[in-house]
Amino acid sequence: MEELKIEGSAKTPTIEFNASGDLLLKGRSIPENSIEFYKPILDWIENYGDSPKDKTVVNVQLEYFNTSSSKCILDVFKKLETLSGTDIEINWYYEEDDEDMLEAGEDYQAIIDIPFKMIEVEEL
Amino acid sequence: MLDIYDLYKKMESNKILLSFKGAITSELLTSILQIVETRMEELQDSNKERKKVFNVLVEILQNLYHHIDDFEVEGPVEEVNNIKSSIFMISRLTDEYKIVTGNYLLTENVVKLKSRIDHINSLDRDGLKLLYKETLNNGEISLKGGGGLGFIDIARKSGQKLDYNFINIDEKYSFFTLIVRIEKVNKVK
Repeated sequence: MEELKIEGSAKTPTIEFNASGDLLLKGRSIPENSIEFYKPILDWIENYGDSPKDKTVVNVQLEYFNTSSSKCILDVFKKLETLSGTDIEINWYYEEDDEDMLEAGEDYQAIIDIPFKMIEVEEL
Repeated sequence: MLDIYDLYKKMESNKILLSFKGAITSELLTSILQIVETRMEELQDSNKERKKVFNVLVEILQNLYHHIDDFEVEGPVEEVNNIKSSIFMISRLTDEYKIVTGNYLLTENVVKLKSRIDHINSLDRDGLKLLYKETLNNGEISLKGGGGLGFIDIARKSGQKLDYNFINIDEKYSFFTLIVRIEKVNKVK
């Protein structure tokens, strides 16, 4: 299984999904049309689900995301929810004064049946 | 003839940071965001303030961007361009940021949009949170991805009621104005 690496841009986040079970989503996700961007990510998770590692850790370190991305991010979490045979954990990072980002994480936490850890950092 | 100095003075007295009239393209959107972000950094607004303004600005501009595809216009190129144009301005006032946009829409869609905004305005913080979560999780995926979350998110992040106005132009078109205010917070840092 190959890793999925997408370099970040002004409107799209950095993606580093490793077959070792280390998944990173970092930066800004504000494209006008998010579905296209998130398609390969959903596909990768589906393939990863065929033989996942015992532990899967998802690190979400987003500075900004728009509402167009919010549905796609939910789809990513929902896809992760379907995986069996792996312990999944989502680490949701937010900057110390960014209550909106914390609240956004809590919104997902309320919908998704995967343990979330809210991690406050000084700077993302 | 347009008095450019008069326009300049008006923009100056309204503390306009950036203003634009025309069709919103993806490239233009990127540029506007970059310019406003840089300006806010230069003006040393707090991190929290900049984030709120940036977030709200993204949604407002992308609303305008997607709105272009919402209706078909037939006729001469110039007329089509005019109807598909928007106006956008962002002001940095003493105690708030003010973002104002204007665009044409089909008169037949006015009632629907008005009732959507009125509904959002009728909700408090918790109500907005609930509506956001419901809309996010309703399984409906629009091609644009957002699926009606834009206005809810703008109301949530700005923490203020959405101010709007419709002007009836003719049978077919109306002009929609949206005013979003973002209160400035004390610069603690």
